[in-house]
Amino acid sequence: MRRFLGRRWMSASAVGWWDNVGLAPKDPLLSVTEAFIADANPNNINLGVGAFRDDEGKPLVLQCVRDAEARIAGAEYLESISRQGTLKLVEESVKLAYGENSDVVKEGSFAGVQAISGTGACRLFAEFQRRFQPESRIYLPVPTWSNHHNIWRDAQVPQRTFQYYNLASKGLHFSALMDDVKNAPNHSFFLLHPCAHNPTGIDPTEEQWREISYLFKVKNHFPFFDMAYQGFASGDLEKDAQAIRIFLDDGHLIGCAQSFSKTMGLYGQRVGCLSVLCVDKNQATAVKSQLQQIARAMYGNPPAHGALLVSTILGDPGLKSLWVKEAKVMSDRIMKMRAALRDNLERLGSAFNWEHITNQVGMFCYSGLNPEQIDRLGNEFHIYMPNDGRISMAGVTTGNVDYLANAIHEVTKSG
Amino acid sequence: MEGKDMASSAMLSIASAGPSASAANCKASLRKTKIGSFDVRYMLGKAKGNPFLKSQCSGRVTMAVAVNVSRFEGIAMAPPDPILGVSEAFKADTNDMKLNLGVGAYRTEELQPYVLNVVKKVEKLMLERGEYKEYLPIEGLAAFNKVTAELLFGADNGVIKQGRVATVQGLSGTGSLRVAAAFIERYFPTAKVLISSPTWGNHKNIFNDARVPWSEYRYYDPKTVGLDFDGMISDIKAAPDGSFILLHGCAHNPTGIDPTPEQWEKIADVIQEKNHIPFFDVAYQGFASGSLDEDASSVRLFAARGLELLVAQSYSKNLGLYAERIGAINVVCSSSDAAARVKSQLKRIARPMYSNPPVHGARIVANVVGDPALFNEWKEEMEIMAGRIKNVRQKLFDSLSAKDKSGKDWSFILKQIGMFSFTGLNKAQSENMSNKWHVYMTKDGRISLAGLSLAKCDYLADGIIDSFYNVS
Repeated sequence: MRRFLGRRWMSASAVGWWDNVGLAPKDPLLSVTEAFIADANPNNINLGVGAFRDDEGKPLVLQCVRDAEARIAGAEYLESISRQGTLKLVEESVKLAYGENSDVVKEGSFAGVQAISGTGACRLFAEFQRRFQPESRIYLPVPTWSNHHNIWRDAQVPQRTFQYYNLASKGLHFSALMDDVKNAPNHSFFLLHPCAHNPTGIDPTEEQWREISYLFKVKNHFPFFDMAYQGFASGDLEKDAQAIRIFLDDGHLIGCAQSFSKTMGLYGQRVGCLSVLCVDKNQATAVKSQLQQIARAMYGNPPAHGALLVSTILGDPGLKSLWVKEAKVMSDRIMKMRAALRDNLERLGSAFNWEHITNQVGMFCYSGLNPEQIDRLGNEFHIYMPNDGRISMAGVTTGNVDYLANAIHEVTKSG
Repeated sequence: MEGKDMASSAMLSIASAGPSASAANCKASLRKTKIGSFDVRYMLGKAKGNPFLKSQCSGRVTMAVAVNVSRFEGIAMAPPDPILGVSEAFKADTNDMKLNLGVGAYRTEELQPYVLNVVKKVEKLMLERGEYKEYLPIEGLAAFNKVTAELLFGADNGVIKQGRVATVQGLSGTGSLRVAAAFIERYFPTAKVLISSPTWGNHKNIFNDARVPWSEYRYYDPKTVGLDFDGMISDIKAAPDGSFILLHGCAHNPTGIDPTPEQWEKIADVIQEKNHIPFFDVAYQGFASGSLDEDASSVRLFAARGLELLVAQSYSKNLGLYAERIGAINVVCSSSDAAARVKSQLKRIARPMYSNPPVHGARIVANVVGDPALFNEWKEEMEIMAGRIKNVRQKLFDSLSAKDKSGKDWSFILKQIGMFSFTGLNKAQSENMSNKWHVYMTKDGRISLAGLSLAKCDYLADGIIDSFYNVS
């Protein structure tokens, strides 16, 4: 097809500008859901996306969210209200991350901006990193959420990896991690999951975090935390932020992305926060102004509705305590399903060690299943999960856990 | 050995004694000792040519820098946004007569923000339904994407019937422009974008951050306070073949000056001649003339010629959904296959930017546009809003003509369209408006008529005349 020059009307079949635009590969996680939806089998199970489901397999909207919605209805298009909502959201987010009584919060020595959930917060930071530390790289754990690679790549920050998951033990490869941290050039930027690591569900212990923090100080590395599952690891919001608090105590000036997608079930509302700790309020003001400038050329202001929901909930003691209860109910259900799945597999007489199902924390279980087994699960048993064997435990219910255990046993017992 | 390495190795030797054994000592000494260092010369080197870093000349610092020193020492305060800065100055002013003609956000005659009735209705419906808050697909809400493309092109338009439009929900106009800019950068790495002189300030920021080169085409003629049509055509012709031409679909921001239908035809001619790609920014559909279809006529004219084009849309003004960030990027392709491929790549750009777009605004638009009764109600409210602006233009013109004895022709105020008017005041004169008259506007002479009431037209006219004639 040739370009059509000259002062003529192009026909619909004439050559287009977009000939060189190929079909993009599907997003690995979202295509799992697509395959699930396309399968009409009544036994089908979606273990793909990390979105919470109740025990009937249905999406859940928290009661505290419904209450907040009713409260804010009709008022929110007033600009003053949405601006206040954004400020309040940031205020409450940093309290959750750093502790209400932390110096950081009291002194206001942080640059905090509302972001488009966790993705947006990471992207804002990646753009900021490129602009103000143009020679730096980001170190990502192996494995990590696949979109982390896309984010820093599109922000044009070169990436390296550090070891994290130990295939043999299905646990944390701590010594390899520490080696990689030590061997990285000083002043490197590292991305850390403070709790409920995605996709492995494996977190360092408290003592391990202390050692990591210590080594980071020695190496003067920059710790960037992506916290998308606060409350989902141990069921306790404060406990899940422990890694961050350890680093704070050690004097690190960290960056932190927070998401309310899972924690408050606000997925489609895109509510998150990016905070960067600074030496003082002046620097915080400067850094914040730069983050806002980056955001302004990307999407202008962040969306108000979700921020108003979060700030209403966190700003009201009654709603906040309701939320804490509901968050615990969600994480308890996940833990119960972990126990049930492991239990079933053991009772079926599986030759394999399934301890990791209950050792791992958060929404995901890094099952250790291989691509062949995963394919069989899809084709023969209508059970869908991404190729790395990451199971979203939120997709497991008392109604399907037996079926799931049987299926896993079937595909693994033949070796 | 460099200072920083000495510091590190000193700490490593403490560390090798066994962290658990001497953890307490280590921690105590770490808190007191300032470890780590950064080489300011390293930062200065990077500061060269990096417009964002300010350089510091404090020499090389070794060993004495606390870990509490931030990596972001050299970061300067970003300049205040010129448009939003106006509102801030307005807020700080305590004078009774003050008037905010800065931001293009609609205000009622009482100068209050306006939430459309149809939006309130839909929100109530949504609340009663108690909808889920699940993730949208990367490309956004399907129902929204369908109605937004139909609103723009007309439901019966061939481009829609043939499946040739790739539509992806975006974060209002800004977000949609940015995704399109990233697409241009990726697939047309040598192309540049031509933007009007002047244009909305954020256009430049968007293309800069997306690393797409741009240049300007002449647009505003200060002599006539109208369109420099010959200059515009000439500059579009002079651009390298295959450039992207950013056009305002209606209600040009900041001037309010739109080409006539005949001029649009000629613009389309020269764009076709040069094999350029038209890139429309449609932020005011419905707000310019009061008619959604009429305001889309420029886009439809280009589409009717079989041209491939890009269109960014925003529902910030016409549905008052500023805070919800709802818009779309549409790419009209020559085939449905191309549209599918383009859409897949737009998604690939969106995923590492924000994963998927916010659901609330999309649902509101889908519900309003998708329901005939609500859609009609919206059209009525739009006519009222656009009507108020037209009335205010008339009143301002009448006041100016009555008060200005010099015979100057102020009719450009009536010819301009949309929320904004380019008054022809220069920077000093605009500043006089703020300083003496407490009328806040942008320094380029732009006033937002959405912020003007009939009651204040006389006062504004006095201020404009004073500034125009007594300040240079």
